Amino acid sequence: MIKSLKIRIAITAVVCLAALYFLLPTLIPQLPTPWNEYFPKDKIHLGLDLQGGMHLLMEIDTDKALESMMERTSNDLKESLMESKVRFRNVEKAKGATISLELTDAAGKTTLENILRDKYPDLEIVSTNPRDSGQLVTLGINNKRAADLKKLTVEHSLETIRNRVDQFGIAEPEIIPEGENRILIQLPGIKDPERAKNLIGKTALLEFKIVDDENSLEEALRGNIPQDDIIAYGLRADRSTGEKGSAPYLLKNKSLLTGASLETATVQISNRFGEPTVSLKFNSQGATDFDRITGENVRKRLAIVLDGVVHSAPVIQERISGGQAQITGTFTMDEARDLAIILRAGALPAPVNILEERTVGPSLGSDSIRQGIMATLIGSLLVILFMILYYRLSGTIADLALIINIVLVLGILAAFKATLTLPGIAGLLLTVGMAVDANVLIFERIREELRTGKTIRLSLDTGYKKAFITIIDTHVTGIVSAIFLIIFGTGPIKGFAVTLIIGLLASLFTAVFVTRVIFDYFTGTFNIKKLSI
Amino acid sequence: MELIKPGIHLDFVGKMKYAIIFSVILTTISVASVIIHGGLNLGIDFAGGSIIQVKFQKSMTADKIRGALKSTRLENSIIQQFGPNEFLIRTAESFHDQKLFEENVNKPLTAAFNKDYEIRRVEVVGSKVGMDFQRKAIFAVILSWLAMLIYIAWRFEFRYGLGGIIALIHDVIIIIGTISILNMEFTISILAAVFFIIGYSINDTIVVLDRIRENVKLNPRQKLAETINMSINQTLSRTILTSFTVFLTVIALYLFGGPVLHDLSFSLLVGVVFGTYSSVFISCPIVLLFENLQLSKMKRKK
Repeated sequence: MIKSLKIRIAITAVVCLAALYFLLPTLIPQLPTPWNEYFPKDKIHLGLDLQGGMHLLMEIDTDKALESMMERTSNDLKESLMESKVRFRNVEKAKGATISLELTDAAGKTTLENILRDKYPDLEIVSTNPRDSGQLVTLGINNKRAADLKKLTVEHSLETIRNRVDQFGIAEPEIIPEGENRILIQLPGIKDPERAKNLIGKTALLEFKIVDDENSLEEALRGNIPQDDIIAYGLRADRSTGEKGSAPYLLKNKSLLTGASLETATVQISNRFGEPTVSLKFNSQGATDFDRITGENVRKRLAIVLDGVVHSAPVIQERISGGQAQITGTFTMDEARDLAIILRAGALPAPVNILEERTVGPSLGSDSIRQGIMATLIGSLLVILFMILYYRLSGTIADLALIINIVLVLGILAAFKATLTLPGIAGLLLTVGMAVDANVLIFERIREELRTGKTIRLSLDTGYKKAFITIIDTHVTGIVSAIFLIIFGTGPIKGFAVTLIIGLLASLFTAVFVTRVIFDYFTGTFNIKKLSI
Repeated sequence: MELIKPGIHLDFVGKMKYAIIFSVILTTISVASVIIHGGLNLGIDFAGGSIIQVKFQKSMTADKIRGALKSTRLENSIIQQFGPNEFLIRTAESFHDQKLFEENVNKPLTAAFNKDYEIRRVEVVGSKVGMDFQRKAIFAVILSWLAMLIYIAWRFEFRYGLGGIIALIHDVIIIIGTISILNMEFTISILAAVFFIIGYSINDTIVVLDRIRENVKLNPRQKLAETINMSINQTLSRTILTSFTVFLTVIALYLFGGPVLHDLSFSLLVGVVFGTYSSVFISCPIVLLFENLQLSKMKRKK
């Protein structure tokens, strides 16, 4: 224990002020302007059970994603084999994420291996079984690449979901990956949980449509939309001001190509001006289609539509046969990267399953807050009264420490942006009961020492010293069992455990350190004949 | 003020026989109840399923609600009262699909009661997640017992640790038994209470064991039974008071915390009461038992 009383008083004051500093936004919602520069902006972060909102735990079916990829690859592979004049039969997607094919010509195997190495580096030959007419070759994705692809799938799903959540304009959405292929989504204060679920669960749709320059856009906007056309809106950045606005497009409704035809999308730096562009690569079929479409629509604009929003609509200068396209524009590096990710997300959709869903309406939330606060006030009051009754002035000191304890816990929650849930409020109340326990232990010991005739100073010393070890023991066990709860508890219960741990740690400070400071101050400053305990 | 006079000397050790019989009866009833009920009435966090909390503006009964839900997927669901005009509809199916929810909940309720109801809370857990969770929960409880055992054994002695952990197991069995006897749903809140009690109930045990250790050092020649008795009496006010303060807070929680916290506060209540009892009447006999075993072993050796 630090000897100097002055330093200890200072520490106590600093800690209390720090807690109040972080609690200020919660206590005083609107600070006048010069002041609110210096204080943190956030109130205590309330759990969904207190503010209302929706909690979703989703699982991404990465296995299916791999299977879909293999399906597409098997089509491409067929083309490649035919081009290289390999004799084969029955290229098809097989169980798991594998492709099986029959080679009718032994020489074909070497060509196959070359093709794999050149064009399909992700694939490897898993097994070769001789058949009457040749060999049955099974191709699979090599394990490391499979793991990478799964991770990529999860990341892209995360990105897509984040994009979609933006549409709702929720103040503080939380989208957190969990485990290998799960995503936790928390949407506080959401008014339309059904819409959220629907849109998050759907897979992204990328479409290529031709812009209808022949018919009048204005006419269509007035309501006379030509047959086979639709109106879609696109984001457009004003070059001079950098402001984003939305502009309408009149498009031919038919989707000429979708994201299913994309193999991948990457960011490239255009050599000429050093500007970032997004490079699209179509799969074989897609490339063929693209070739045909661009050939048929030279001079027209091709709108690239993602989830119904037009991303860009460049003019088709000429027929494009390489199966590659570029989206140029005023991209910053970030924008290009984002677009590439979004497009890739379109190219690797994986089905998502909802594992867990919890929605709390705002009325229940506010009821819960009210009841929680009421219970805490009454419980604390009972304890405070009891301490005064039983230990008189010393009890009052313990009560003061108790109030500081509560402020500290709330302050720490605010400072670390931890979440306060309804069970968390219960945990806070439990800490109140346990915090005074430490004081009970100390005071009982002090009483015992006083009874044997020791001086006040000595009794205080012995009381605190002997009780301290026991207090540490009791707090350690409380914290250990709370840690177990944290490890596998869900939202509100996790809040219970977190608040409990913070409360226990804070009470170590307040019940022992702070009360000692107060005792020492009084016994040092005044000539105390008898301890009111 | 002093509730417990300092010179108190009750004969706890003498009464331990009765206490053990009492505890054995309680634990047997608890275990029997669980077996008779065919396991625990698991909440959706453990078994999967859906919970829909609905509040009605007019006075309502569970039967009326069931009538409204006839010929939907919810007609065999459990409907229980949650508060004034508030009910919990619980079903084993997981209603993730929004369309299904509309058809089986919103439509029939609106048809029967117009818009005079409000869906306050919906929780849906897939059964796979539930099974996962069960395993994890049991694992964690056992681990936490072990953690306490190791901690006490390290701070005191192994036989003390054993006494402590047997008291803990006793407390957990009684909490679970009470839930089972009252046919309450075993939810994750109750599990949270169990963990808290595991961490808390050991505290009284530590206070007593601490004193026993101190007194053994001071009076090494005294018979252990005497020392234990003396220690319990000396720490009696401490034990009762610390439990009392926590009890005050738990009572406030139970009476004013609202229905959502009900499971938690009730289990805490049971746990705090029995936790105190077990610290005195379970941990100490175990320590004594070991002492007597060791003594008789030593006697036989001679």
